[in-house]
Amino acid sequence: MYDVIIVGAGPAGLSAAIQCRKWDMNVLVIDEFPKAGGRLLGQLHQEPNGEWWNGIEETKQLTETASKLNTEIRLGISVHHVEKIDDGFLVHTNHGDFASVRLLIATGAAESAAPVPGWTLPGVMSIGAAQVMTNVHRVRVGEKGIVIGINVLSAAIAREMQLAGVDLHSMVLPAMNPVTKDHAHPKKVMDKLSRIAHLAPSAFLRFGGKVAKANIARKLATQFYPRNGMKMWGMPIHLRKAVTQINGTDHVESVTMFDVTADGKLKKGTEKRVEVDFVCIAGGLYPLTELAAVAGCPFHYSEELGGHIPVHNEEMKTPIDGLFVAGNITGIESAKVARAQGKVAGLSIAREKLKGIADLEYKVLQAMNDVRKTRNEASIQFHPGIEEGRTKMEDVFRESKKTETAL
Amino acid sequence: MKNNHRIVDHPVLGSLPEKDSITFTFDGKEYSGLAGDTIASALLANGVRTLRVHEASGKPRGIYCNIGHCFECRVTVNSTSGVRACLTEIKDGMVIESGKPEAQPFASKNVQDFPRTYAEFEKKQKVKGDK
Ligand SMILES: Cc1cc2nc3c(=O)[nH]c(=O)nc-3n(C[C@H](O)[C@H](O)[C@H](O)COP(=O)(O)OP(=O)(O)OC[C@H]3O[C@@H](n4cnc5c(N)ncnc54)[C@H](O)[C@@H]3O)c2cc1C
Ligand code: FES
Repeated sequence: MYDVIIVGAGPAGLSAAIQCRKWDMNVLVIDEFPKAGGRLLGQLHQEPNGEWWNGIEETKQLTETASKLNTEIRLGISVHHVEKIDDGFLVHTNHGDFASVRLLIATGAAESAAPVPGWTLPGVMSIGAAQVMTNVHRVRVGEKGIVIGINVLSAAIAREMQLAGVDLHSMVLPAMNPVTKDHAHPKKVMDKLSRIAHLAPSAFLRFGGKVAKANIARKLATQFYPRNGMKMWGMPIHLRKAVTQINGTDHVESVTMFDVTADGKLKKGTEKRVEVDFVCIAGGLYPLTELAAVAGCPFHYSEELGGHIPVHNEEMKTPIDGLFVAGNITGIESAKVARAQGKVAGLSIAREKLKGIADLEYKVLQAMNDVRKTRNEASIQFHPGIEEGRTKMEDVFRESKKTETAL
Repeated sequence: MKNNHRIVDHPVLGSLPEKDSITFTFDGKEYSGLAGDTIASALLANGVRTLRVHEASGKPRGIYCNIGHCFECRVTVNSTSGVRACLTEIKDGMVIESGKPEAQPFASKNVQDFPRTYAEFEKKQKVKGDK
């Protein structure tokens, strides 16, 4: 029986494991991807100070520390069920079952679909798929492509593809349909981008580099949008063009594009065919929470945090005894925040096992402070209102505890 | 067309480190990839995008999410079916088969005629009743 099983070897899971090992706990980390690092692996952004945030290097630091501490990490194993048993949890995987006293679920996020007719053709992929192919596997996803969906993540990854020499025609919106909804609404997309622009000049704009900053911010703030799009490193971003259809027989050959009004309605007579051999769809991120649900954890819907979130507090505890969560499963934020949350979770878990160690009490508090600091300084933010979302969640957790005592 | 879709030079990540070459077959044809490649990345590096066809419609499918979430990349590996190509590392001598169409003994021929909403169903019932 392990002291703790950690599902997910992303920045949250790995940094939690490191803390647990520092306190000499018996830890097992499980991840279904063949490499440790989670979504951190593919990341490559330039920080405001000019330094590169290189996910492969950041991952290396985490895995090297973990291996120095003899952390047991099993890769290529999928967890498909979690069962609450009397003295802990039974974790069901495709390589057998594992038991532990405590469980940390750090499964991260997944991409929401923003389907466009033709999206099942080979050559159409999510924007994250292209990120992993480009930066992790170092494979070019195609000769010329287009990005459908304009948000912080797709802008960052489009830049990463450019860096790798992959040719992109432009970034455009998906055509409005019952699923794409807000992602297809130019005003709403612009609004969302500019609401994170208070992070002057905002993650999205920051990608544009120093020159474009002020100019773009102003244009975003107004509702005026240039017909030929704005350019980011020479690549047009079209908030007023939408793809209605992806065409091809055995693979992507082209997309059908229309001009759209400020509320996303197609303008007649503006139809155009753009030849591309790959398409990346970006529908945003949502927390990957199924395992917490089957473990019996209560949930709370939070738009600010990116979806249905397992109820938890700042110490990364859920209302279920011994069940902890950390990283993007608790809300969509950058990898630095996930890593800082993982540290809190690891220390919280150690504190629960070792009980009454003053040093640990202090360390948990310190790590919580560090999460707040990291959040405030984040150069990349996915949703406006993260702070509010976090505060509300704290209340929800307190309420859940109250009901429990009342019962 | 061998491995010509590799990103060899990169301004930030540097040039591609030396890696062992690994040989495997996909639908009987031999390909090579690099150590650490997944089935999906090795095939894409060789220009292969179609990993399976839809079991019923026969339409081609490739990767979508590339990180194990969507199950669009199911292939058969050394006789085990339903393996995600994007999560599975290639090994020397691996025998991979694409996902094939399946017999549809109970498939309805006129799916288009099915009611899509309860209102449509009621309408159809009513038409029948009126006759
Ligand atoms: C496609 C994608 C691209 C992203 N790109 C960026 C970016 O460029 N910049 C940025 O700041 N943020 C990005 N993010 C946000 C990202 O979620 C965070 O930056 C950070 O990686 C979250 O860390 P984490 O440890 O919570 O989860 P992750 O890093 O996602 O790690 C979770 C791990 O859990 C594993 N896992 C999940 N379910 C199971 C299971 N059932 N069984 C076994 N293992 C499982 C996964 O394989 C994964 O390795 C991206 C997210 C996604 C989904
Ligand atoms: S491409 Fe989505 S699971 Fe493999």
